[in-house]
Amino acid sequence: MAGFNFKLIKNPLSKENPITVQVLGICSALAVTAKLQPAFVMALSVTVVVAFSNLIISYLRNTIPPRIRIIVQLVIVSLLVILVDQVLKAFVYDVSKQLSVFVGLIITNCIVMGRLEAFAMSNKPLDSFLDGIGNGLGYAVILITIGVVRELFGSGSLWGYQIIPDSFYEMGYQNNSLMIMPPMALILVGIIIWVHRARNKELCEK
Amino acid sequence: MFSNRYIFIYATVLVIVSAAILTLASVGLKPYQDKNIRVEKMQQLLGAVGIESTPKDAEELFQKYFVEQHAVNAKGEIVASIVNGKQTTGSISPFSLDTKKQLALYKANDASASLPIYICMKDGKKSYVVPVMGNGLWGPIWGNLAFSEDLNTIVGVNFDHKGETPGLGAEIALPDFQNQFKGKQIFENNNFTSVMVIKRADKANPHQVDAVSGGTITSNGVTDMLKNCLQFYIPYFNSLKK
Repeated sequence: MAGFNFKLIKNPLSKENPITVQVLGICSALAVTAKLQPAFVMALSVTVVVAFSNLIISYLRNTIPPRIRIIVQLVIVSLLVILVDQVLKAFVYDVSKQLSVFVGLIITNCIVMGRLEAFAMSNKPLDSFLDGIGNGLGYAVILITIGVVRELFGSGSLWGYQIIPDSFYEMGYQNNSLMIMPPMALILVGIIIWVHRARNKELCEK
Repeated sequence: MFSNRYIFIYATVLVIVSAAILTLASVGLKPYQDKNIRVEKMQQLLGAVGIESTPKDAEELFQKYFVEQHAVNAKGEIVASIVNGKQTTGSISPFSLDTKKQLALYKANDASASLPIYICMKDGKKSYVVPVMGNGLWGPIWGNLAFSEDLNTIVGVNFDHKGETPGLGAEIALPDFQNQFKGKQIFENNNFTSVMVIKRADKANPHQVDAVSGGTITSNGVTDMLKNCLQFYIPYFNSLKK
């Protein structure tokens, strides 16, 4: 153990971002980002699930028979996802209702299985845990960015509080209802990827 | 390498340990989850009579305003009542009745079907609140209707849905749509007419409200829901009017 390896947290935030570079987890990024609060809770849930499933799998990695490793990973991931779902239902019921099936679908979120296969199966627990946190945060950054834009322009509020004053509406300003539909999230993801690649030329495919 | 025996034992132990953890979590969190569901139901009932509530004060407001709860059957007889928090008839709690299950029984002509009706006293005015449930375009829709003392005029409604299209069918959950119901009537000369949700509704007609544009199937769902569910209460309403 050489202590904390901060690269493991920093890299997924930008150059190895799970959404914009690896293009994983797009489905939930479209579905839960119409408002900021569910986007935040979803990002937090995914971070918790990735980090702890990485940690557990990394501890078990030398005992897992290779032939059933995917099944073992799935059991651990489902276990954590169901726990997260139950906790949300118990303590933040409103948000849990908005997220509906998407919490359960974290199980199929490619980021989780991707990190388990690519990292946790061959690295030490602490490193794996940090890798999980890093990738969760990388996912969170994009979700929250999209959530802010969509809620601000789609509903005129942030975190449920009205931001755009009534006087704007009286002058004829209208919320953009395309913002609250999933296609707009896809367009926003596209714009983020575009900007990101324009600034980091090494990410562009030849 | 790993033997088959090892793999079997490994998988079995893993699954049993996971199942044990999930069971513990489920049992431990159940009271909180049930409370959330109860509070949500109370908030919806309070919303129908126009009382704003937060998850914190919903229980208290509910006890204060909803003085009577009854369970009635399709013949219009009361099978259970709770008045001022005390069970006066029967043994079941009207509040805990599962609307969906009871409606299915009613549809199957099962005489044991019973649905709740709540009596609210607010500012000296009595209103009757009944739950309704039906199908929208993508999934279930449900709500509560509050009637004034004449058991005919609607004083308030609220609707909610599982997953109608935002901006289209989902508009039924918004005040603009729901406020249209205020003052509408479900009887015409003592004949049950329900309230229709239709395009280009005549505002002066007491049995019509305007449909959601682009949400025709959800709007029809509301019409059917009102007709099917209110039907159940007609015998009870008639028995009260006598």
